[in-house]
Amino acid sequence: MLAKRIIPCLDIKEGRTVKGINFVDLRDAGDPVELGAMYSEQGADELVFLDITATHEKRKTLAALAHEIAANLSIPFTIGGGISSLGDVEALLHAGADKISVNSAAVRRPALIEELAGNFGSQFVVLAVDAKHINGEWFVYLNGGRIATEIRLLDWVKEAENLGAGEILFTSMDHDGVKTGFANDILAAVSETVSVPVIASGGAGKMEHFYEVFTRGKADAGLAASIFHFQEIGIAELKKYLSDKGVPVRI
Amino acid sequence: MNLAVIQYNAGNIRSVLFALDRLGVKADLTGDPDRIRRADKVIFPGVGEANTTMRFLREKGLDEVIRSLRQPVLGICLGMQLLCDHSEENDTECLGIIPQHVRLFRPQSGEKVPHMGWNTLELSPDSWLGSDLQDQFVYFVHSYYVEPGPYTAASTHYVQPFSSVVRKDNFYATQFHPEKSGKVGEAILRTFLDI
Repeated sequence: MLAKRIIPCLDIKEGRTVKGINFVDLRDAGDPVELGAMYSEQGADELVFLDITATHEKRKTLAALAHEIAANLSIPFTIGGGISSLGDVEALLHAGADKISVNSAAVRRPALIEELAGNFGSQFVVLAVDAKHINGEWFVYLNGGRIATEIRLLDWVKEAENLGAGEILFTSMDHDGVKTGFANDILAAVSETVSVPVIASGGAGKMEHFYEVFTRGKADAGLAASIFHFQEIGIAELKKYLSDKGVPVRI
Repeated sequence: MNLAVIQYNAGNIRSVLFALDRLGVKADLTGDPDRIRRADKVIFPGVGEANTTMRFLREKGLDEVIRSLRQPVLGICLGMQLLCDHSEENDTECLGIIPQHVRLFRPQSGEKVPHMGWNTLELSPDSWLGSDLQDQFVYFVHSYYVEPGPYTAASTHYVQPFSSVVRKDNFYATQFHPEKSGKVGEAILRTFLDI
């Protein structure tokens, strides 16, 4: 049976992990490869590396990082963060990345998804989308939530799927960082709107939240950052909990 | 051992080389017919679209090369599908080594396509994988599948049962990505290398 996936997300700046990594057993908690390997050891099904560097050197450092990760880890990983051109993506593919995620650049120029899927295959292209609930409607936001748009979430994910996105990574900005659970109702609507897998992000605080997102939220994968980094929830313990509740997971 | 990995217009061949590296095996990534023919073992990886890839292989004469191989060959993902007779992906005539058809998943109850993520192996009797891998999880990404048949060495259930591992004579193949399947995947690559 196809397992529901648990995905830790790591923020990367200039090739190093940043923001709230708190592990006692690590030699170097800033080393993305070491941290990724530890998550892989604990049973993470996939990893997402989100680059928040904003420099001209970005393409080179990101490709070097993808190479390091691919050489050392034997589970799939996605790299995202400010990707806007075919050139960026080609460098990551050749470095060994399994998937890339695009966000704002795809909203600004939807044809980017088509070009990426056409050149590298849909399985390589994850559409990341951030959205907020305003007066009963969900709207897409850009640049990590700083810029509002009038684009409706469900319209955008459908269009992105039609253009060739192979997976949707949805973050509810209303739920992100609040730790009160995922945005299950809209997640279920996203999942029913598209026929590609949906990764839920934003809101994980307790193990029950993952149970809810895989049942009520109809998500295919659950992504979280700080609860894993601060060891509030262990991946092995989370998977055992889910398995006991009848959710198919890889143990 | 001289191991060739067939180089063609496919995505993410790098991962296969990295995985072999971790197993301590240096592979020769090559599209050269002579070097492929001379290798002790050959890996035929693949991520991509069937029709474009078959056209590329024919243009380079690699279709004939692959058919002529008598040493152990391991097809991965698209590499497995191309070993078959025909694929529904853009109505493509494939290499015709394994007499099976490749079909598109047609979900009956809302399953997502592609089949993406970790799913389990159900081993056929006397599978070349050995008996330790029953119910183990491996990583899949595909929208087309090979029907179960006489050459199935392991099957997996998604929408319906399909062949996740096959073998015919010296041709071995996996629908999943052993290079991305953690320790289980490494064990499978090791098994192939030890044949």
